[in-house]
Amino acid sequence: MNTRPYAAARATLSLGDKLLEINWGLVLLITVIASIGFAMLYSVAGGHLMPWSAPQIVRFIIGLGLLVMASLVDIRRWMNLAYPFYGVALLLLIATTIAGHVGLGAQRWIQLGPLQLQPSELMKISLVLALARYLHGLSVEDVSKPLRLAIPLAMIGVPAVLVLMEPNLGTAIILVADGCSLLFLAGLSWWWIAPVATSIAVAVPVGIHFIRTAHFLHDYQKRRVMTFLNPASDALGAGWNISQAEIAMGSGGFAGKGFEQGSQSRLNFLPEKETDFIFTTLGEEFGFVGTIGLLCLFAIIIGYGMRIAMQSRSQFGRLLAMGITLNFFFYIMINASMVMGLIPVVGIPMPLISYGGTAMLTVMFGFGLLMSVHVHRQVEIPRAAGGIF
Amino acid sequence: MPLFDRKDKSRYATFTRRTVMMGGGVGAVLAVLGGRLYQLQIVNGDEYMTRAEENRVSQRLLAPLRGRILDRFGTELANNRRNYRVLLIPEQASQGVEEALETIGRIILLSPHDRERILRDVGNNKKFVPTTVAENLTWDEFSRVNLHLPYLSGIVPDVGETRDYPYGDVLSHVLGYVAAVSEQDMQNDTDPVLSLPGFRVGKRGIEKAYDSAVRGTAGVDRVEVNAYGRVIRDLGRDPGTPGSDVYLTIDNDLQRFAAQRLGDESAACVVMDVTNGDVLALCSTPGFDPNLFNVGITQAQWHALTTDDHTPLINKAISGSYPPGSTFKPIVALAAVDAGVITPDFAVNCSGSLAFGNYVFHCWKHNGHGRVDLHRGIQQSCDVFFYEVSRRLGIDAMEFGAKKLGLGQLTHIELPGEQQGVIPGRAWKLAKFGTPWAQGETLNTGIGQGYVNATPLQLCTAVARIASGNAVVPRITRVVGKSAQPRPTLKRLEFADKSLQLVQSGMNAVTNEPGGTAFPWRITEPGFEMAGKTGTAQVHHISKEERESGGRSTTAYENKLPWKLREHALFVAYAPVSMPRYAASIILEHGSTPAHPHVQMVRDILLFAQKRQTAMLPTAYPANAADISTPMGVKL
Repeated sequence: MNTRPYAAARATLSLGDKLLEINWGLVLLITVIASIGFAMLYSVAGGHLMPWSAPQIVRFIIGLGLLVMASLVDIRRWMNLAYPFYGVALLLLIATTIAGHVGLGAQRWIQLGPLQLQPSELMKISLVLALARYLHGLSVEDVSKPLRLAIPLAMIGVPAVLVLMEPNLGTAIILVADGCSLLFLAGLSWWWIAPVATSIAVAVPVGIHFIRTAHFLHDYQKRRVMTFLNPASDALGAGWNISQAEIAMGSGGFAGKGFEQGSQSRLNFLPEKETDFIFTTLGEEFGFVGTIGLLCLFAIIIGYGMRIAMQSRSQFGRLLAMGITLNFFFYIMINASMVMGLIPVVGIPMPLISYGGTAMLTVMFGFGLLMSVHVHRQVEIPRAAGGIF
Repeated sequence: MPLFDRKDKSRYATFTRRTVMMGGGVGAVLAVLGGRLYQLQIVNGDEYMTRAEENRVSQRLLAPLRGRILDRFGTELANNRRNYRVLLIPEQASQGVEEALETIGRIILLSPHDRERILRDVGNNKKFVPTTVAENLTWDEFSRVNLHLPYLSGIVPDVGETRDYPYGDVLSHVLGYVAAVSEQDMQNDTDPVLSLPGFRVGKRGIEKAYDSAVRGTAGVDRVEVNAYGRVIRDLGRDPGTPGSDVYLTIDNDLQRFAAQRLGDESAACVVMDVTNGDVLALCSTPGFDPNLFNVGITQAQWHALTTDDHTPLINKAISGSYPPGSTFKPIVALAAVDAGVITPDFAVNCSGSLAFGNYVFHCWKHNGHGRVDLHRGIQQSCDVFFYEVSRRLGIDAMEFGAKKLGLGQLTHIELPGEQQGVIPGRAWKLAKFGTPWAQGETLNTGIGQGYVNATPLQLCTAVARIASGNAVVPRITRVVGKSAQPRPTLKRLEFADKSLQLVQSGMNAVTNEPGGTAFPWRITEPGFEMAGKTGTAQVHHISKEERESGGRSTTAYENKLPWKLREHALFVAYAPVSMPRYAASIILEHGSTPAHPHVQMVRDILLFAQKRQTAMLPTAYPANAADISTPMGVKL
């Protein structure tokens, strides 16, 4: 059997080797996308670097440093740190639930000295790390064993419920999506997937119908639930916002109105133009060319991520790379669908583009982990290193 | 234990397979997103573009400058004056709105009522919308505000335009007035400018009749607004078209003289150019100050105007319809002579009354006039003579003759609210009362009593026709904007010149021959003499007891009657006798006294017009207006 030499030899990669191994093309692509974000933030501020563009640039540069540093750290170290990370993120999440600050009607961030942290953002990365480590220790057959499966389900379920209680439906969905994707990639049996997927497909419409017609609920309770599930049904509030977003996006046409010429965002018709709805401003000012162009850049990044995952010689590396890549994709999918009126508004930013500190740093840190998988793609890790302990 | 076994290979294969599947999923999702983008931006892009523009651009109407109204010599009768106002922009009031009002209240007078209104307006609007604090300020007050401006945060002085009637009540009934737009105006008129705050529309008179001409068309100020309605920048301005000027035939000086001469009486007077129908003065007293309605009339002022028994809001010259009384006699005479019913030699013996059927018809002169021919009949206004003439003439010929002179029909003067009066006839009575005409009614009609009714404007027109022999049609506007008003072509009346001369000579005798009913109040200056005809209109029926206790000509009796029951005094005249140019009519409501003040008024007014040469002076109509000279084929 043509077994490769024990990979410990490769662990002695020098710092210079590692720097050379970094996929600088990917870093350049990330910088290009982030720069589009800076330009849009500059535009929505009416042609000013303040208040959004300049802080965002600073955060991106910090994030870039974080990316490079994370990529140089040995993948086995990340594997060792996976559970502590998860534990800290979970504790912060619990702390937020108890003593978090209310922003936009939800408890989302916690004050740590000078830092405002959104533990739900940290949790996305931590969950991917922890699940990748756990699933690294399981063979394809093990994944589908109920007792083995219960642990990752709990690892997904507990933070998801905590985030949902903030309430932050969007992040909860991303957590569940991330987790389920990793289980799927780890080889979860179709005998599990098919019935669960089918029952969800049936349960959601039935549940909504049940809530609508339930006799034991007051009308205002029903409305509250429905508004939670679909804010657009509130015609004067969120419904007005989403229709203005559609107008902004649509009025961009093929080539857009031009940089800094987006009337909808500049005149404040657009809600949250610097955060969740920044993609709409891009659509308004650069049209179909701009939006499709950005989606293509995103697609290339996702492609890179998948290639990195498949090139990794460790299951941990593969799952981590795919987890990070899919997490990135889910952000894009939910944000774009939401601002285009395909799904309810759930408060998910567009990665690298939307204004926001924690999100920017988490995304960059995630890319750092992805890059670490790439740099250490030849490192092989024994299966026994996975599992709970 | 092997570090890497077959299981690892199988899970790597599974991972790769499923990663490719997920890649397909990702691609599908991205394709859906791209499709949605295509739908929004390419397929429906134009529609969304329109909606974005609707969001962005707000059109603000600019009120056009209202056209002026001028008299024949170019005197401004209605114009626009500067309206000095003070506005408050709440968001700029650094010490708050209350404090700003407190400070401005020390500079100009603000009632608690004003304060309440301002605070309410501020509360109802966004904080960058200016609210009017005070308007129509004097220059003094406005200067004081400007002087203190550095200490008045949030206060903005502003100059607008508002309607002004410099001559106040003198022309109130001709000009009418402008006032705030009512809901009914909004229903009948779709001009969007009506919805502008503070916009005014014409409510009466010329202001109403020519509202669309003097209003002009609104300008548009296109501005970019943000989601909260704040103006971000100007996108361009169409100033609109200012309203057209309207030139009237009125001579303002003559009008003012007439108004002054009528004084406080409840009266109306019309002066006309007999050669072309130009109305030179049209006066109804008492008037009102049209500026009140523009600035905002108080409850008390409105109450005073509506409850006054002298009816200041009614234009008596065109909306007041009165029995013409004896001023109708020249008309009957003309019809009778022209129909050949009587000759110039025809005479009647007046004994003071005439028995007809079961009735006795009385002459105003209890003892009778003796032998009366046409000339004396008109000169002394003998009722018995005209009973007899009317009996011979018959109601049909009388109706025909009166209508030829313009009575019983609208003159279509360019003012709203004209009454058409009544010239009764067989068909008219059957339609109105369902009963046939009684012959006795012909006699009563023949002296201008009974059903017959006419406005002062109609009487003036009739006199102008008798004096000129032409079918004169009264008109009060000459030029609107740059174009001359169309006027009816002047036709010769179908009366023989000889008939007209007979009646004219009778009217001349009324004023210029001793014994004439207006002889004491004639114009004595040579060349300016007037011819005329007096009349009284009964307001209530004279009973037998009243007649026996002295009759209606007794001064003591008249003075005892309440004002409302006294007879109306009328007079129609033209001057100069030798070459008629001016016709005039007057009604003095409940003003019949032996001193004949109404005759004196007309005398003075006609003398004023002739000496001033009102009708001859060159007019100030715009030069490029079409020919507005006297119509051809008229002998002056």
